[in-house]
Amino acid sequence: MRYAETGFNLEIDLTRGNIERVQTDPKDTELYLGGLGTNAKILWDRVPPEVEPFSPENLLIFGAGLLCGTPATGCNRTIVTTISPQTKLMAFSMMGGFWAPELKYAGYDKVILRGKSPDLIYLWINNDKVEIRDASHLQGKGSNETAQLIRQELNEPKAQVVSIGLAGENRVYYASIEQGRSSASRGGGGAVMGDKRVKAIVVRGTGDINIARPAEYFEQCNEVLEYIKWREDNPIPGVIPILSVLGSPQEMAIHDEKWHTENFSWGNARHRRREYWTEEIAKEWFDTLDSARTRLISCYNCPMKCGATITLPGLPTYMMKCFSKLTYTMAAMSNLKFGLTIAQRATEYGMDGYSTPQVMAFALELYENGILTDEDLPGLPSDNEEKFYWLIDKIVHREGIGDVLANGTYWAAKEIGKGAEEYAHNNIKKHEQLPLKLGMLNPIYFLMYCTGEKINITQIEGQFPQTPFPKREHREKFVKDWFQVPDDKFKQYFLDWEPRGENSMPYYPTVPMVCDIVDWMEQMHYIDDALGMCTGVSSFHLKPPYHIHNFPKFISAGAGIDMDEDKLTQATKRYRTLVRAINIRRGLRRKDEKPPETHWKKRFPELEAELLDSYYKLKGWNKEGIPTQESLVELGLDYVSEDFIQRKILTDGEGDTSKEISPEKEAE
Amino acid sequence: MKGEKKKKIVKTIRIDVEKCNGCRACEVICSASHAEPKYSSNNPARARIRVICEPYKDIYVPVYAGDYAPAECAGRDKYTIDGKEYDECSFCRASCPSRDEFKEPDSGLPLKCDMCEGEDEPMCVKWCLADALVLEEREEEVDEEEEQEELAVGLESLADKYGLDKIIDTLTRLSKKE
Repeated sequence: MRYAETGFNLEIDLTRGNIERVQTDPKDTELYLGGLGTNAKILWDRVPPEVEPFSPENLLIFGAGLLCGTPATGCNRTIVTTISPQTKLMAFSMMGGFWAPELKYAGYDKVILRGKSPDLIYLWINNDKVEIRDASHLQGKGSNETAQLIRQELNEPKAQVVSIGLAGENRVYYASIEQGRSSASRGGGGAVMGDKRVKAIVVRGTGDINIARPAEYFEQCNEVLEYIKWREDNPIPGVIPILSVLGSPQEMAIHDEKWHTENFSWGNARHRRREYWTEEIAKEWFDTLDSARTRLISCYNCPMKCGATITLPGLPTYMMKCFSKLTYTMAAMSNLKFGLTIAQRATEYGMDGYSTPQVMAFALELYENGILTDEDLPGLPSDNEEKFYWLIDKIVHREGIGDVLANGTYWAAKEIGKGAEEYAHNNIKKHEQLPLKLGMLNPIYFLMYCTGEKINITQIEGQFPQTPFPKREHREKFVKDWFQVPDDKFKQYFLDWEPRGENSMPYYPTVPMVCDIVDWMEQMHYIDDALGMCTGVSSFHLKPPYHIHNFPKFISAGAGIDMDEDKLTQATKRYRTLVRAINIRRGLRRKDEKPPETHWKKRFPELEAELLDSYYKLKGWNKEGIPTQESLVELGLDYVSEDFIQRKILTDGEGDTSKEISPEKEAE
Repeated sequence: MKGEKKKKIVKTIRIDVEKCNGCRACEVICSASHAEPKYSSNNPARARIRVICEPYKDIYVPVYAGDYAPAECAGRDKYTIDGKEYDECSFCRASCPSRDEFKEPDSGLPLKCDMCEGEDEPMCVKWCLADALVLEEREEEVDEEEEQEELAVGLESLADKYGLDKIIDTLTRLSKKE
């Protein structure tokens, strides 16, 4: 018997309309865990680098995490893997909600889509029965609207639905896959789904998920729940509110937006508004949120309340979470009411809440600077907010300039030319970032921005405080119950970290310390992404309930895989390296690993080079960021090494410190 | 059938629908703690508590399973509370023929909440950190009556479905096989 996982994937060939239930190899679970790990393995094996994002050969994989559907609190994520139309690299996007557990109860760990359907369809997975159904009547419908119509027509109110809106259907590069409560937004999975002509995947499952060692597993679950309760009553002092309590940043619960509105940039990630948050604004925003928000809501099996139901006068109800609350508001230099209102339309269209507002603000900046003209934007309204509604409609319909903007700021700037590139200034690896513009380089964040394969800062940061605490006594208090650290050295790093003087940024933490810290942060995210754990109760946080010391127990008792900290660290390193290998094979190199030029005013080029060199080395990568033959072999990724040598990405034996002569060399 | 009056602790779960965030942890832990062996599997479709969710109408009603009802009732009424329209079924605890709730997915046998006898409090209450579910105990004078056993309820529901004769025939056939 398989534990925690079902041991089956659904393979769907959309071109031929063929559906297969395929048993998976338990060995792969041991090596790559599940979720992201096994998704990456499938992508490596089956999608060579020549495959374009919109080719039928591209896969779109929906993977439920290894522990999804078990009683582990907060374990509910779907990991969506495909080749991104925007970055041309591996898109690595995730969503919480209810879909992944439902898929497990239906009897599958993953849904793997390949090919391209001739007509718009949706998939109906009802336990053992899986159907491809006509979706022509859903063409052009909103994502939430689609989900509700399908539940009605199937008479299955409990079915869980992922769907795309018009943006996905029209292959907008930053189209999201929506689930009502959550969405997989980054990297354009919605565009690939639209390209494959799949409007929705609908799941209902009523089967069991088995646990290998029930009593032990339950004890771990209870401990986590107790700790969550304790943390609720004991927020971490001395850090900003969103980091002091657990959960995805509590944007729906909190009213005070002084920190975001005054520290993040408005417009096209340009303007800091330091005195923005006045009493008057606070009152106005309080009333807006209070009247729109009907309820705080959770994802599956999680006591956090990170989302909310939003009902605005005259508009259908929708659900929201996290920072989309502010992205439209700030891009348009408007107020919260505008932000919540346009987000309703954007959610139905199915669009990423980071990229979409930035693309629109970028277009208007080009217009203000004469790079786009009235000819390019015929009929553009004069009212500021109306401009955004006008633009979002043009983009999802790919009409006129919208067709260019639908590809994101990087590709749009290239196509527009005339110096437009200067305005696409907030990208990493062609992907729009949070609008943050800061003073002095932060080496920890530098490494995360450069090397994060998710290309999204919130998906790599966590664990270690973002800034030093002013007084040593506060730091001593902080480290006292910091049992989550993998090694006590991290406590010392933090204890000695001062806001000013010798032990301050950018030269302290030192380069090796920075590398250790970033490696730890990233490792915890990668574990979450394989298990399906939400970072809101895990890797995103300081002192989270899940950590390197209890994860091995969850995996052993839950999935019945013999696991300890070393083995887990090795497994995580294995699939993390595989993700890098997929991108390396698609052309990613050191030159691409840099933050937006304007992210920090004060830069330290020599230090930055040293940071990258050292971090690459720690990761087992060469100076170009390519995993070395030696490290690949050590991780059991010989097949990657062989592929790299064949493609001349690596040279056999080069950089290998062992003196042994490889068989190939001998034969020469 | 009138027996003697007897004092009894009656356990109920007080449900606050305003506090429910729709996470369904109650379903998860209920199904896990009723698995054999305990916690060995989990499947909300076997839970004895369900959250009736209609997110777009902002309806979240946790209901825990009550008695088995052999026939559909006439209740198809709608209730409007605070401007939200609820089906009458949203509040009903019965395992009945008119809906899928509170039935074992494989056998269709009825499920009933047992208040997690043996635990300090029902597991759903324990796992509901939103306090939408709160255990209440009160002393009541009740008529003494034998509680029907789970097996008897199950057999009764089978008899309703297939007829008593068929059940007896099948049981006889099965017992001869052994």
